[in-house]
Amino acid sequence: MVRAPDTDVGLYRTVRLIRRFEERAVELVRSGDIVGGIHPYTGQEAVAAGVCAALRDDDMITSTHRGHGHVLAKGADPARTLAELTGRATGLNRGRGGSMHAADFRLGILGANAIVGANGAITAGAAWVARQEGGDQVAVSFFGDGAVNQGVLLEAMNLAALWRLPVLFVCENNGYATTLTVADAVAGTITGRGAAFGIPAVTVDGMDPRTVLGAAREAVDRARAGGGPSLIECLTYRFDAHHTWEHRAGVRYRDDDEVRSGRERDPVVIQGTRLTDGERERVDAEIESTMDSAVAFALDSPHPDPAGALDYLYATGMRARPGGGW
Amino acid sequence: MPWLSYQKALNRALADELARDPAVFVLGEDVRVAVSNVTAGLFKRFGPDRVLDAPLSEQAFTSFATGAALTGRRPVVEFQIPSLLYLVFEQIANQAHKFSLMTGGQARVPVTYLVPGSGSRTGWAGQHSDHPYALFAHAGVKTVVPATPEDAYGLLTTAIRDDDPVVVFAPAAALGVRVDIDYDELGPVPLGVGRVHREGGDVTVVAIGHLVHDALAVAEELSGDVSVEVFDPRTAYPFDWDGLAASVARTGRLVVFDDSNRMCGIAAEVIATAAERLDLLAPPARVTRPDGAVVPFALGLDHAVQPDRGRLTTAIQKVLKY
Repeated sequence: MVRAPDTDVGLYRTVRLIRRFEERAVELVRSGDIVGGIHPYTGQEAVAAGVCAALRDDDMITSTHRGHGHVLAKGADPARTLAELTGRATGLNRGRGGSMHAADFRLGILGANAIVGANGAITAGAAWVARQEGGDQVAVSFFGDGAVNQGVLLEAMNLAALWRLPVLFVCENNGYATTLTVADAVAGTITGRGAAFGIPAVTVDGMDPRTVLGAAREAVDRARAGGGPSLIECLTYRFDAHHTWEHRAGVRYRDDDEVRSGRERDPVVIQGTRLTDGERERVDAEIESTMDSAVAFALDSPHPDPAGALDYLYATGMRARPGGGW
Repeated sequence: MPWLSYQKALNRALADELARDPAVFVLGEDVRVAVSNVTAGLFKRFGPDRVLDAPLSEQAFTSFATGAALTGRRPVVEFQIPSLLYLVFEQIANQAHKFSLMTGGQARVPVTYLVPGSGSRTGWAGQHSDHPYALFAHAGVKTVVPATPEDAYGLLTTAIRDDDPVVVFAPAAALGVRVDIDYDELGPVPLGVGRVHREGGDVTVVAIGHLVHDALAVAEELSGDVSVEVFDPRTAYPFDWDGLAASVARTGRLVVFDDSNRMCGIAAEVIATAAERLDLLAPPARVTRPDGAVVPFALGLDHAVQPDRGRLTTAIQKVLKY
C-alpha cells in the first residue's frame, strides 16, 4: 500500500480505508479471529490522514494503543496489518505484537505503544538522530488526551523544545481517557502544556482532514527548517468503544444523545463531500477490494510456530532458559 | 606496568568506544563535568554531540536513548544513583527490552545503562543505596556486575557493542579497586562467562560484584583449614550456569554471596538451579541483604544489612559441617 497523496481524493482514500479497516477488524473481533480485542479508531480518521499526508516517506511516527489509523496512514500494508491483528506469521510484526504494537520500521513507523504517553521521548530520540545526521526528517508522536497528564510526556516536550528537535506532538483529544472526561482529568489546557515549554500549540478541528493537514503542514515546515517542535491538539470524537470489550461489558459513561451528536460530524462524510460521486464511488470500490483481499490474506496466513514463541526476544539471538526445566 | 583503577577502567572503556564507533554517545546528568568521574575528559575530547547533559528527566532521557537506538545509535545512559533505575524501570524493562520481540525482530535497542556507584556508599541512606541487579535479571534485561577493573573495562565494552539493552552495575565498593595491568591486555569480556578468581576443592563461593574481593579475603583467611573456590559470574544475566556446574562439580558445596535482597535475589536463583541440577554434598547457604532491606542511615545500621565477611565465614563453616 502506498501512502495516499495530500489531495482531497488522497485524504478521502485514507479516511475511508481506516474506517473500513476498523469496521472489518471489529467483525473479526466478534468472530473470534482477533483475540484480545482492539481499540477502534473509528471517528478519529481525519487526524491520522491529515497529519500523515503532510509527511514524507522518510519521516517517522510513533503511535498508541489506538494505532491502526496512524500505521495505515503512514503507508503500512492493510493486509499485513490485519495479519498482525489476527496473530499471523505474515503480520507486520510476525504475530508478535498485535493490535497495540504494530510497527513497520521500513516505513518510519517506530511502533504503536501500549503505555499511554510513553512514545514522546522515544520520538524525541529518533528526531535527534535525524538532526544529528544532517537530515531534515520530522518525527510525529501521536497520543490521546489521557497522555497529557503523564509526566514522561511533559519531560519529552521539555527535551524537544530545549534541543529544538523536529517533533510534532499530536494530541487526539477525543474527550475521554478510557471513561474519564477531559474535564475531570485535565487542569489547565492541553495547548497550555505546549505553551509552558515555548512550543507553538494550536487547537484544530480534528474531524476535518483538510484542517488537520493545514495545521500539520505548518508544523512540519517549521520543524524541517529547524524551528523545533509543535503541539497540535485535534478535537475529535471516538465513535466506537474505548476497547471492544465494551461491546459486551455494558460500561456506561456516554449517554446515547452524546454519542449521536458526536457522530454527526463524520470525517469520512466531511471529506467525501469534496469528491464527485464518481470519484467517491471509485475510491470506495477500491477500498472494498483492498479490504476483501486483506481479510482473505490474514485468514489464509499461517499461525506462527509455538516453538518460536520467544524468537526475537534478544536482537543478538541469545536464547532464554525455557520455563519447563533445565 | 601501570595501575588501573576500576573507575578509570570505565572511563577508558567509554573513551575507547566513543573513539571507535561514531554511533556511540553518552547521555546523563552532569556528565560534561563528570560528577561521577567516569566521564572525565570525554566532553572536551568528543564534544557536545557525543556527551550530552540532560535535564533531571530520567524517564524521558532513558526513552530518548531508546529512540536514538531504534534509529541507529548506541547510547550509554549514566545514572548517578542506583535507585533511579526504579524510576526508569518502565522505560528499560517495558520499553527498551521489549522492542525486539514485539516488533518481530524489526527493531534493536543497543542501549547501555551505566550505574557508576551501585549498592551502599555508606551513609547515603535509604534512597541512594540499593543494588537492584536481580530486578533486571528477573525481567530478562542483560545485567552485568563487574568486580575488577579489567572486567569493568571488558564488560562495559561488550555492553556498548551488544545489540540488546544492557545494565552495567559498577558497585560503589569496587570503584576504588586497582590492578597493575598492561593496558594492551584490556579487551571485551563476553556476557555470560564467569571467572574463577581462586581455585579450591572444598566449597564454591559464588560472589558478585564488590563481594568478590571480600570472598577472596575470607578464602585467604580460611586457607589453613578450608580450600575455597571463588566463582565470579560477572554477569547476573545471562548467568554462567555451566561455569557454576563445573565449579560445584569440583567442590560439592555451595555458598552464594550476593548483595541482593534475599527474596528472589540472584542467590535464590543460583541455589534453586543448583538444587535442580547439581549434586551437592551439603545443603547450600546464601549470604544476602535481608528481605526487603531499606538501608538505614547510621553507620552501624547500614553495615548491619550488608552481606559481610563475618557472615560469609559463618556460612562456609556451616556448609562444611556436613
